[in-house]
Amino acid sequence: MASVFTGAPPQGGPGYSFKQTPTVALSGERQHSFYPYTDNGGSTLGISGADFTILAGDTRSTHGYNINTRYAPKLFKIGGEGPENKGSRIVLSVVGFAADGDALKERLDTIVKMYKYQHGKSITVAACAQRLSHILYNKRFFPYYVHAILGGIDEDGKGALYSYDPVGSYEREQCRAAGAAASLIMPFLDNQVNLKNQYEPGSGTGHDLQAKLAQPLPRKDVEDLVRDAFTSAVERHIEVGDGLQMMIITKDGIEETFTPLKKD
Amino acid sequence: MPGFDFSNHNRNAALHAQGVPLPKATSTGTTIVGCLFNGGVVIAADTRATSGPIVADKNCEKLHYIAPQIWCAGAGTAADTEFTTAIISSNLELHALSTGRKPRVVTCMTMLKQHLFRYQGYIGAYLVVAGVDPTGAHLFTVHAHGSTDKLPYVTMGSGSLAAMSVFETQWKNDLTKDAAVKLCSDAIMAGIFNDLGSGSNVDVAIITEEKATLLRNFITPNVRQPKERNYRFQRGTTAILNEKLITREEISKYITVHELEDDNVTAAAETMDVDQ
Repeated sequence: MASVFTGAPPQGGPGYSFKQTPTVALSGERQHSFYPYTDNGGSTLGISGADFTILAGDTRSTHGYNINTRYAPKLFKIGGEGPENKGSRIVLSVVGFAADGDALKERLDTIVKMYKYQHGKSITVAACAQRLSHILYNKRFFPYYVHAILGGIDEDGKGALYSYDPVGSYEREQCRAAGAAASLIMPFLDNQVNLKNQYEPGSGTGHDLQAKLAQPLPRKDVEDLVRDAFTSAVERHIEVGDGLQMMIITKDGIEETFTPLKKD
Repeated sequence: MPGFDFSNHNRNAALHAQGVPLPKATSTGTTIVGCLFNGGVVIAADTRATSGPIVADKNCEKLHYIAPQIWCAGAGTAADTEFTTAIISSNLELHALSTGRKPRVVTCMTMLKQHLFRYQGYIGAYLVVAGVDPTGAHLFTVHAHGSTDKLPYVTMGSGSLAAMSVFETQWKNDLTKDAAVKLCSDAIMAGIFNDLGSGSNVDVAIITEEKATLLRNFITPNVRQPKERNYRFQRGTTAILNEKLITREEISKYITVHELEDDNVTAAAETMDVDQ
């Protein structure tokens, strides 16, 4: 490890970046820097219903103005049997730094599978959610640079959705948008899912007007809302596009769908 | 005094020192190209304007008029490309009037580079200048610092590498007009799909000895698909604390009121481009 921090310029050609590699020996003090994170763009979204949870994410991976790939999934099945996660009822979505997202998914998946071997029963979403929070906080001072959303079915058979910040603060919610276009999608969800700023017409005047009350939406409506949220985000955010991956979790299993999005 | 007003410079420098960031300008990412052909010149551009990662305009015009037979494609800061082409267009017309001759493309290019060099790159205009004059068809690029190039095919903007890859694999000498238009639009399409700073539609301008033709939205490969749900709110959904009715008779004292035939049409004078 010591050789990494000698402060010497990387030997044998460019190291981290073509721009930063010194070509001549500098005089005086030199500062060496290495930033281990990158932003791979993209957006994710989760909505929970009465007996289902939907998670969605676009499949574009970016670096600056470049597209790394048009198909890099941000949704991962957790637990279940084998590498295909057969029989799984939990989905993790990660957006931000893709490499950290992959590492996080790999860790959680292993832990959830180990749980079944050791306890002889599948983990509950509530327990899995808390475990994920601990995984994230364990790296409090070198965080996983991701915004995670966990979805599943709770012990009462209701749709469960948990959202996280990069260091493990978490909360159960009805809906959550994350990633590059979160600021574009979240207000739309507040209005259409939780019916914020909507009132019952003719229910009163001035302050007596009754606010519309949110109730769990049917599956078809949620799927349509998700598609509209993403086609709209694609219109206004350059890092969102190419494809929309959706996972619908019910008591019977996980259904996966793919919808093409604009590629510009 | 002509030129820019620098009276806010000291105030802004003080604000900047206190950590106030500079305001964000529109459109740095773009793909613009140009190509000479047998009998004229073609330029083309995408139509996306960005502000950071946000699309500011999905269908903007990056092809600017300079003279009847001289057109310009602009990349960089949107306001800078808009105003530099406008001022050079104005000066070139005065020049044409005083000389009694058609303006030349080299003259236009020289005026642009001298204007941009004077401002040492602070005017962020990156231009592709093309036109036909009595000396023939010409194609130039002008960079914000004032350097210029004269080439048979050119690309600029963040999508320039994607576009140039098309030119470098498919360009031939002595192209026909249609082949040049196809080549330029293919180059723009490469930018649209492979560069995040570029997107939406392809605009093309063809300049020959006879005339200049602007093909606005020549290709539209990124039409928005219709939304799944209807987002029309029921009347009375929005909370109102105060209500004041102004009768038509009352408002007619101050403005002219036109009757609309259809109640659903809110404005008939000028319709804006919106998604369905």
